[in-house]
Amino acid sequence: MAGMHALANPARFQRFSARALPWSAGLTAILLLVGLYMAFFVAPPDYQQKETVRIMFVHVPAAWWSMAGYAFLAGLGAALLVWKHPLAALMARAAAPVGAAFAATCLITGSFWGRPMWGTWWVWDARLTSMLVLFFLFLGHIALSRAFDSPERGDKAAAILALVGVINLPIIKFSVDWWNTLHQPASVMKLGGTTIHSSILIPLLVMAVAFFMLFVTLVLMRTETEIGRRRLEMAALAAE
Amino acid sequence: MKPKRKRLWLLLGSMGAFALAVTLVLVALDDNLVFFHSPTQIADKKPPPTQRLRVGGLVAPGSVEKGSDGLTTTFVVTDTRANLKVSYRGQLPDLFREGQGVVAEGTLGTDGVFLAREILAKHDETYMPPEVAKALKDAGHWKKDAGK
Repeated sequence: MAGMHALANPARFQRFSARALPWSAGLTAILLLVGLYMAFFVAPPDYQQKETVRIMFVHVPAAWWSMAGYAFLAGLGAALLVWKHPLAALMARAAAPVGAAFAATCLITGSFWGRPMWGTWWVWDARLTSMLVLFFLFLGHIALSRAFDSPERGDKAAAILALVGVINLPIIKFSVDWWNTLHQPASVMKLGGTTIHSSILIPLLVMAVAFFMLFVTLVLMRTETEIGRRRLEMAALAAE
Repeated sequence: MKPKRKRLWLLLGSMGAFALAVTLVLVALDDNLVFFHSPTQIADKKPPPTQRLRVGGLVAPGSVEKGSDGLTTTFVVTDTRANLKVSYRGQLPDLFREGQGVVAEGTLGTDGVFLAREILAKHDETYMPPEVAKALKDAGHWKKDAGK
C-alpha cells in the first residue's frame, strides 16, 4: 500500500518513470530481438503444423498480456473508484489502447493461423468470441473515457466498464474446457504440466517476457503523456 | 464505517452479484454455446434433415474413402462410443487425416449419412519437433506422455 501511495503522486511517478523507462525500453528491445531470433531460427518446426507454428510465438504472448492488461485496467478502475487514486485514471487512459492493440494482435495472428490449420479465418466458437468481446471492452473503455465533457466523469464510467468486464477473463481462459470449441485447450498453463516440447516452449517464454516488458514500457510512456496532457488542460482552464 | 471501506464493499458486492448473474446465464445457455456436437449426441437427438449443425470427433482410422469423381470424400467421425458417416465434396484442410480431430458442418441425411458443407480440422494442444514425435512413435509412447 505504501508503494502504491508513493506512486500516486504524479510528480513522484514522473521521477520514477524517468529512471525506469530507459531500462524497460532497452530490455524490451533486447528481449524482442532474442525472442524473435529464437522464434524464427532456433525453434524447430512442429510435427504437424510445420512452419505455421511460429505464429504462436506472437499470438500467445499477445493473448496473455492483453488479458493481464485488462485485469490491470480493472485494478486501476477499483483504485480510482474505491481509493480515489489520482494516478489510476491517467494510467487507465494510457493502458487501454495498448491492451486493445495486444488483443487485436492476438485476433489477427490467430486468424492467419486458423486459415491454413483449421481451414477457416474465423468461427464463432466460445474462445474466439470471448476474445473478440475483450477487444471490444478495450475499445469501449477508450470511447467511454472520452465520452463526457468532464474527464473525471469519463474516467469513472470507464472504470465501471473495466470492472464489469472482468467477468470475461475467466470465460476466455476456461471457454476451451467448459464448452466444445474449435480452438485447442491450454498447452502451457494447465494442470498436469505443459504439452509443449521445451525447444518450442523456451522461445515462447522469452517472447512472453518480451511482450510483458513491451506492455510496461508503452504504459509508462503513455502515462507520462497523459500527465502532461492533463496539466496542459488544467493550465488552459486556469488561463481562461 | 469509513467511506473507503464502504465503497470497497459496495464494489465487491455488485461485482459478486454480476458474476452470479453471468454464471446463471451461461449455465442456462450451455447447450447453445458448444461449437459442435458429438456423434453420440447426434445419435440421441436425431436432428431433422433441415437443421444445420456441426459434428465433431476423430476421423476413424481406415475409414477415409475417396469417391470416383475425385472430389467427394467419405469418412467416419467417432467419439469412440458412437460413429457417424460423413460425406463431403470439396477440398480438405491440411491437417485432415485419420486419427485427427475434425469438425463438420452440414445436415444429417435421412439415410443417416451426414452431408457436410464445410470441414474444419481441429488441432490439439501438443507441440513438438518432428524428431521428437518420431522418437515417441518408435518407442511406443505416442500420445500418452507427449511433450514431457
